[in-house]
Amino acid sequence: MNLLWLQAAGCGGCTMSLLCAEDPNLFDLLEGVGIDILWHPTLSEATGDETRLLLEKVEAGDIPLDILCIEGSILRGPKGTGKFNMLGGTGRSMLDWVQSLAPRAKHVVAVGTCATYGGVTAAGGNPADAVGVQYDGAEAGAALAPTFRDPTGLPVVNVSGCPVHPDWVTETFMLLADGALGPGDLDDYARPRFYADHLVHHACPKNEFYEYKASAEKLSDLGCMMENLGCIGTQAVGDCNIRAWNGSGSCTRAGYPCINCTAPEFEEPSHSFTETPKIAGIPVGLPTDMPKAWFMALASLSKAATPRRIGENAVSDRVEVPPSIRKPRR
Amino acid sequence: MSELIVGPFNRVEGDLEVRLDIADGRVREARANSPLYRGFEVMMQGKDPRDALTITPRICGICSISQSAAAAFALADAAGAEMVPMGAQVAALLHAAENAGDHLTHFNLFFMPDFARDGYAGRDWHARAVERFTAGAGSAVRRSVEARAELFHIVGTLGGKWPHTLAIQPGGVTRTPTASEKVRMRATLRGFRRYLEEVMFGAPLEDFAALESVEALLRWNTGDAGLFFEIAADLGLAEMGRGSGRYLSFGAYPLAGGRAMAQGVFDGSVAPLDTARITEDVSHAWMIGDTAHPEEGRTMPDEDMTDPAYSWCKAPRYGGAAFETGALARQVVDGHPLARALVDGGVLARVAGRLLELARLQTMMEHWVDTLDTDARFMVPVTIPREGRGVGLVEAARGALGHWVRIEGGVIANYQIVAPTTWNFSPRDAGGVPGPLEAALVGAPLSEGEQTPLSVQHIVRSFDPCMVCTVH
Repeated sequence: MNLLWLQAAGCGGCTMSLLCAEDPNLFDLLEGVGIDILWHPTLSEATGDETRLLLEKVEAGDIPLDILCIEGSILRGPKGTGKFNMLGGTGRSMLDWVQSLAPRAKHVVAVGTCATYGGVTAAGGNPADAVGVQYDGAEAGAALAPTFRDPTGLPVVNVSGCPVHPDWVTETFMLLADGALGPGDLDDYARPRFYADHLVHHACPKNEFYEYKASAEKLSDLGCMMENLGCIGTQAVGDCNIRAWNGSGSCTRAGYPCINCTAPEFEEPSHSFTETPKIAGIPVGLPTDMPKAWFMALASLSKAATPRRIGENAVSDRVEVPPSIRKPRR
Repeated sequence: MSELIVGPFNRVEGDLEVRLDIADGRVREARANSPLYRGFEVMMQGKDPRDALTITPRICGICSISQSAAAAFALADAAGAEMVPMGAQVAALLHAAENAGDHLTHFNLFFMPDFARDGYAGRDWHARAVERFTAGAGSAVRRSVEARAELFHIVGTLGGKWPHTLAIQPGGVTRTPTASEKVRMRATLRGFRRYLEEVMFGAPLEDFAALESVEALLRWNTGDAGLFFEIAADLGLAEMGRGSGRYLSFGAYPLAGGRAMAQGVFDGSVAPLDTARITEDVSHAWMIGDTAHPEEGRTMPDEDMTDPAYSWCKAPRYGGAAFETGALARQVVDGHPLARALVDGGVLARVAGRLLELARLQTMMEHWVDTLDTDARFMVPVTIPREGRGVGLVEAARGALGHWVRIEGGVIANYQIVAPTTWNFSPRDAGGVPGPLEAALVGAPLSEGEQTPLSVQHIVRSFDPCMVCTVH
């Protein structure tokens, strides 16, 4: 299979994250699957006229294209022209290129939350009129129509995340190469379910604090960050705490909240990212799958039952009270 | 005379278009167009100041920690607060890991693959360049991404992930490292040193960091660095893409005892930095407004893209003059003898400045891990004032990065960012003075029929531009 990767209006961080792929490294992995990079702005030799010629051949159908990857949002500004993001040397906007090349590809993959839904580029009043490839925030229909499907029946595959985990991208590629990614393997926002069926909450090291609603009061405290610090890991899709980042990391492991970066419109939470909005002292936005009354009842019960170890550690920046050791009975 | 338009320009971060006027087989004039405008400074207006810590790192996926640190220091400045010493040390460690990773990426993935091109077939070193540096395939390219991924385990531990961590805060860092993580990070750094000494430099790093002259540098013949110096000597890269000799550094890694690398401006000699002398000119940018200090600067795009402007990039000037920034500038301002010997700039000097810094960074990172006091506090809460002004000055891999924030009524009233490549790839100013890249391209030689001249590619990439930061 071949792969063409274009960077539109984003930070390039999804490519940078992808290069953190390990076991094996990105190049060995792609080679092993038989994916040939036709062109990638960070990885390929071709530049300038060589690249223009290649893009023209793909556009004309002279080079069949298997996977078109788009990283970064698609800008429609100013005034619907797309000129806030021109592809250098071509005199054409990225909006134009994406609309022209997508129908040529066997699969279209949007990489990162900018390319999937608009992402951070659409924050703060969206000054550049940014959208995703097929979604404008949570609504289908953007640079490509809501009805767009590739020749195999897939919509644009939305590998969201800000940035993406390298494995989310490589596993998507490997599944596509195997013909093992069908419409049923994507969730309602067209995200691959292999990572979107998990919540960031799963395997979060703060789970014991969550069980007792033993909350961190400030950043750097060990406790659960849901009640006070804006964490929405209980609602955010992603296996971030199951497969870990850059060795052993994740946002919550590093002591800062999950900001739901895999979701459409995460960039405008309508409150500060690191503060939980509350009504009458009760956090809004409780876990989606749970009746609110039950949640409140369980929360007040578990709060009352919080052991001293968990209560003290929750508001400390390191483990102050270790678990009690019980000797085996003789 | 003829004109060439070069783009899309890859193996730089983001996209770039360069317009060249050619006469007598050489570049007579160059104009650099940064073809992407996203409007981060506009987005920030009206937001809770703390949100800058989430949003500004996402300006750039390769300088993300740099943006994060600049925002944290700007907010701390507005609050009249400082990071606790160990918090600042972890922030420095995170930032140094990013900068070292970026230097590695630049050398192996962005810059060296050009020497594996067919255009150089027949040169003594070409077969070795092909084996090591063929884009996306060479043995050095593969090994370097593995070394980088392992180095970034330190960022995973301290910062949760790379890029786009929220760990760096005005009062320190959110993660308190444990004693076992400290020894684990030491082991990771030992592995990175082994990679640098066996592969990149082929000798002890301290030997490279002790070089003092260009002659000694060009005699360095071990590791992939040695291959580069052999190529540089053969192709005359020392003379290619010379700079103005004016360098700016905000000083890297602010710690409790001061910055680990000196702050200052160099124009024949080092003078203290006076941030009041920084302005951004918009005469050739598709921006509405007048020349202003960043504290008063505005970002209002000219949606009609009116001439004579040709880029979304503003033109930062210091005391009215264009200044180059980056690893070479940092080492020149810091007074390293090798950097001072390379002060005329050029392709060789910029790449050597980066290699020199890579060798020095390893020792610094080792020191910062060795002296981590895991019993200390790593963060104190900082309350952001409802009214205030702050500035955060750091050194990204590519050079001086500044954030200027004004807070009114508890929200951001103005946020201005001047990034390294804004300096280096700025368009002309009102006086017609070109930016550092534009000036460095003048005189670059072209071979017969070249549409995307190799000399132009070497010069552009020698700056390691980050185009997504440039306009932001």
